Amino acid sequence: MKTASAHAFYKSKKFREKMKNTIVVFLLILGSVFVLAPLWWMISTSLKSPAEIAQYPPTFIPKEFHFSNYIEAWQTAPFTRWALNTLFIAVCGTIGAVFINSLVAYAFAKIRFKGRDTLFILVLSTMLIPGFVTMVPQYILFSKLGWLNTYLPLIVPAFLGSAFFIFLLRQFMMTIPNELIEAAYLDGASHLKIWWHIMLPLTKPALITVAIFSFNGAWNDLLGPLLYINDESMYTLQIGLQTFKGTVQTQWHYLMSMSVTVLLPVVLLFFFFQRYFIEGSNISSGTKG
Amino acid sequence: MKTTETIRQPESAYLHEPAAASKRSKLSKKTRDTLTGYLFISPWLVGFFGLTLGPLLFSLFASFTDYNITSKMNFVGFQNYRTMFTLDDLFWTSLANTLYYVAFSVPLTTAGAILLALLLNQKLKGMKVFRTIYYLPSILSGVAVYFLWMQLLSPSTGLVNTVLAWVGIEGPAWLFDPEWTKPALLLMKMWSVGGGMLLYLASLQGVSKEMYEAAELDGAGLWQRLRYITLPMISPIIFFDVITSTIGAFQIFQEAYVMTESGSGGPANSLLFYNLHMWNNAFKVFDMGYASAMAWLLFIIVMILTVINLKLGKRWVYYEGGDRK
Repeated sequence: MKTASAHAFYKSKKFREKMKNTIVVFLLILGSVFVLAPLWWMISTSLKSPAEIAQYPPTFIPKEFHFSNYIEAWQTAPFTRWALNTLFIAVCGTIGAVFINSLVAYAFAKIRFKGRDTLFILVLSTMLIPGFVTMVPQYILFSKLGWLNTYLPLIVPAFLGSAFFIFLLRQFMMTIPNELIEAAYLDGASHLKIWWHIMLPLTKPALITVAIFSFNGAWNDLLGPLLYINDESMYTLQIGLQTFKGTVQTQWHYLMSMSVTVLLPVVLLFFFFQRYFIEGSNISSGTKG
Repeated sequence: MKTTETIRQPESAYLHEPAAASKRSKLSKKTRDTLTGYLFISPWLVGFFGLTLGPLLFSLFASFTDYNITSKMNFVGFQNYRTMFTLDDLFWTSLANTLYYVAFSVPLTTAGAILLALLLNQKLKGMKVFRTIYYLPSILSGVAVYFLWMQLLSPSTGLVNTVLAWVGIEGPAWLFDPEWTKPALLLMKMWSVGGGMLLYLASLQGVSKEMYEAAELDGAGLWQRLRYITLPMISPIIFFDVITSTIGAFQIFQEAYVMTESGSGGPANSLLFYNLHMWNNAFKVFDMGYASAMAWLLFIIVMILTVINLKLGKRWVYYEGGDRK
């Protein structure tokens, strides 16, 4: 009884393991199709002729590849200008986000001062306030400051800290030993110098994560430009794309080719810096428990 | 490399200590640290008072006035709130639409993200590739993605209904049928569920193997291991995710704004979400007082839900290593 049944048990367990793995891989492939098919569809539609898009049943691979769709769509509206505007806002905002949030996080992580912990709880609790609650008064404030139709309302807030980034960077900085800071301090370095010469280099991975998230956020922001920008020449890509819909109506080959173009920088950013996208999530999950 | 270099500093630091101390001003270290601390966090303080607390208080005040940005602020008492509750049918429509969306999107995306993370947590070849694929949609956002889904959900020639037709299902008109507009948004939301997955995956990888092995020896099946080990161990992350995604779901706006004609609310106002209604009041008719009242009600609703979440969380969230506040 001993050897025979043990052998059978081993076999059945191995079999079950194999079964389980097959099901897992099958489900994952099925899900991947659900995830990737829309992207395929977008690219395929962007290369079709209008006639082929209207055709039923639809084709999965374009009969002819109309790469000219991309150039024609780009020339239908001042997209070059809009792209440069967006780039300008995103780069300014990212610089602000990286340096300001890291400075604030440094104080919360490494300087002992009265009221620090209470203030940090306040930082965290602002994450619980829906942004829409403060939208109207912020608009009134910026309009009274005469900032409407300028990029200031889109850039300046990035220089005033973001609760999520402060939290992320602080958690990362907490892992850096205090002795390092204290030693440098005793050596005569000011906190500003320590932050610049020690903290910034040591927290580079987290800073890159912040930079990517903030660039991505600015690139995809529709609400801000929609509220504050009126002149067409000052549009960003998102708001430009939204008005483009009205210009070309349902010319899906143009809408899809412009969509691909606008998403492309984000996708490239993702593939080059994938590690940092994932690190961002890891930092926040490792510490929220 | 870098750390060893910097760690060596203490020796030299010790030697120079007297000189360094004399270089500093006469303020004590404590006072100096406090000053520096507040100086460093001052950008956030400006932001907090100028862009969060100030606006919050201003909108509370404005909600009792008939402010329209150019007018004086005339005090009207509770009139805005009365209009909201008794005269504005669209307010109730928008609130119902939003609650519908929150009630479905939060459980669906949470369960979806957990399931995906469980699948991806298996030690199999190619998991990194799958992880990249699933994460990709979550970084894509904005107008381009909404356009994509409008195309995918196109009733006659869209991909979704084409695929449904293969299996003999006649797909609905999605964004053109009031019954199906919100499910359409939920479908779109599910597409990018991989963002939350990453959070769960990271925490699943922190659950110790020994626990599973011990449970298996005791004869615990797949479901029991999930129910009594995995879920409790990742419950802090579920808790965090539910709170933040509830708040996030209440903010739904851009999707509805872009996918209906510039915020018209869609067929039979089925996509008129709370924030869209607030937006239209604030920036189309410039009734800032009314919009502020709506903003404050939203604030109160979200706060109440967050408090309920926090209270309920105490019952089911498990913290490893004993009590935590």
